[in-house]
Amino acid sequence: MRLTVQHKTHYTYDAPVPYGLQQIRLRPKSRPGQQVEDWQIEVKGGQVEVSFEDEHANSVDLVSFHPGETRIEITCRGTVDVEDRAGVVGPQGGFVPLWLFERSTALTHPGPQIKAMVAAMSEGGAPVEQLHALSAHILQVVPYSTDQAASDLTAEDALSAGHAVCQDHAHVFITAARLMGYPARYVSGYLKMDDRVEQDASHAWAEAHVPDLGWVGFDVSNGYSPDARYVRVATGLDYRGAAPISGLRYGQAGEQMSVSLQVQQQ
Amino acid sequence: MVNKPLYFDEMFGHGTDARLPYEAYCKWFNGEDNARLLEKSEEAEALFRLIGVTFNVYGDPDATERLIPFDLVPRIIAAREWAKVAKGIEQRVRALNAFLHDIYHRQEIVRAGRLPAEMLARNEAFLPQMIGVTPPGDIYTHIVGTDLVRTGDDAFFVLEDNARTPSGVSYMLENRETMLHMFPELFSKIKVQSVSQYPNSLRKSLSACAPPACDGKPTLAVLTPGIHNSAYYEHAFLADQMGAELVEGHDLRVVDGRVAMRTTRGYKPIDVLYRRVDDDYLDPLTFNPDSMLGVPGIMDVYRAGGITIANAPGTGIADDKAIYSYMPDIVEFYTGEKAILQNVPTHRCSEPDALKYVLDNLAELVVKEVHGSGGYGMLVGPAASKKEIAAFRAKLEANPGNYIAQPTLALSTVPILTDAGLAPRHVDLRPFVLVSPDKIDITPGGLTRVALTAGSLVVNSSQGGGTKDTWVLEE
Repeated sequence: MRLTVQHKTHYTYDAPVPYGLQQIRLRPKSRPGQQVEDWQIEVKGGQVEVSFEDEHANSVDLVSFHPGETRIEITCRGTVDVEDRAGVVGPQGGFVPLWLFERSTALTHPGPQIKAMVAAMSEGGAPVEQLHALSAHILQVVPYSTDQAASDLTAEDALSAGHAVCQDHAHVFITAARLMGYPARYVSGYLKMDDRVEQDASHAWAEAHVPDLGWVGFDVSNGYSPDARYVRVATGLDYRGAAPISGLRYGQAGEQMSVSLQVQQQ
Repeated sequence: MVNKPLYFDEMFGHGTDARLPYEAYCKWFNGEDNARLLEKSEEAEALFRLIGVTFNVYGDPDATERLIPFDLVPRIIAAREWAKVAKGIEQRVRALNAFLHDIYHRQEIVRAGRLPAEMLARNEAFLPQMIGVTPPGDIYTHIVGTDLVRTGDDAFFVLEDNARTPSGVSYMLENRETMLHMFPELFSKIKVQSVSQYPNSLRKSLSACAPPACDGKPTLAVLTPGIHNSAYYEHAFLADQMGAELVEGHDLRVVDGRVAMRTTRGYKPIDVLYRRVDDDYLDPLTFNPDSMLGVPGIMDVYRAGGITIANAPGTGIADDKAIYSYMPDIVEFYTGEKAILQNVPTHRCSEPDALKYVLDNLAELVVKEVHGSGGYGMLVGPAASKKEIAAFRAKLEANPGNYIAQPTLALSTVPILTDAGLAPRHVDLRPFVLVSPDKIDITPGGLTRVALTAGSLVVNSSQGGGTKDTWVLEE
């Protein structure tokens, strides 16, 4: 499937920002099953200082604000060909050892509720079946809602919140999968919802590493594994490691963010 | 004079006659009046106060700045003795750099089964952000302090490796400066290898590791956490001696793809940053988001080849005392040679058999935290009370993986000057090593730390230790 993406993130500040940086992970890469035909990033109100590849092979750009700026806009436009591989991403490449994906992070630290949830899961079955069962179970316990309780919720807190956005679902899944002995990671990217062009926000899901298959994706919020409608952009141990934009600025200015995202089939 | 023949005294051996390296010094000393030397000693202290060589002691709110006591009896090492030690250090430091490259790339040493993966996986000092990063010149530990102890004529052991941010070099330099000032006649009688070239060597060594983005003569800066840091004096001293800027995090910004410092004529890019700020505080955008001491974005610029950070982030893993216990294997794995310098035999309390042995022999052992430094959080069994041992036993049993244990070594002594003349005190040695792609440069001698209390084995300045000038004789 050939998908075109236009993703605009717009920040406005109620006072000039003397100095600020945004670290952006917004460049999808070509890989088996995903061919990036064209991808451009345009920054208004700032400039790209450096670009590099991080430990998860994400392409990262560091953007600085023009001094005294009150608005900054980051626009990504591109075309990506994606195949349906039933969520199978394949073996771990590069230097990162698999044990790194068993590490818990601040956002994916297992608390009593997640431990209890994992303990109650029935054992047996193939790894992929176990993980699908986990995914379905999480969606049942914390149904999807577009109403995000907080942007930086831990997996344990997300479970108590009663409902979750895709980011929370991914965190709960990652935390539980690690407890079950599977290396797991967070994926940020895009999803073309069938019923619309304008998407609410960029998407997030999880991947677990399964013997023989390698990395397999699980989109808890939608209850299936990623197919040809999903563009993988960045991966990390949790949201913070794969966040599309994470920034830091000097001064007291308040920030407002708006996102517009169109994903469509060409 | 030597009342504890149990220990090897570097001046008198196990007897009463001066050993060869000390012959000329002892001849001079015997012609001196003890009272005059004691006066000199006070003079030296006044000198240190005047220059302002001080350090802060953590956990002592009353004494934010304290002078490290200086003893004016030098520790003397023969050229022949030093040559072997230097060779051993060079081998070890080469291995450490190869090890650091490996663990952040293919991890051959783990694949080969020579180091358990858990040693990296459970280590906080292992920085995932360094995976796949090759620093300029492939140097990770630009500045190393290899702590040595001696137990006999020809017996040197490595006590620990300081690959993160070894401190103390300013004391080495000031101690020599003071001795030259007070006893010029001694230095004309006895030929001692110079240490004063260290700042120049440091500048050259760091400059040789300039990043690809550097055009022309490299610009160096020293990054300090600020005046409240215990080693602030040293940061300022080294910057001054090297002719580099002393900067704090808020002086630096990302400008045109580089890390640049504010000057009166705008922002100037820094090529090599000798940072004395810990990894976790280095970059709030990549590490601890609450850090005010670091430079936001520096890790991004670093990973894009825009700056050299010395020492490289993530080198602290080599300071870990559990990793230390694998150093003989690490040296052999990367150099293909047996380690020239010996390790102190080390029991890893994470291993059940070792833990049992340690618990059964606490009163004879030295037990240390694997990530500890500065002499904090350790137990010296033979010097501890029953109560202290019992308290430590509880900590050890609660978290065995956090500790290693070593036999109490019969550390060598070197005499210090007391009111009653010479009296032996235990010492260790921290030589300072500079690593660049061109060479490994080891300053002859280093910093001798001395436990000023009779019988004490703890030499750390934060625990009441002092220092001595260290002489390596010319051939």
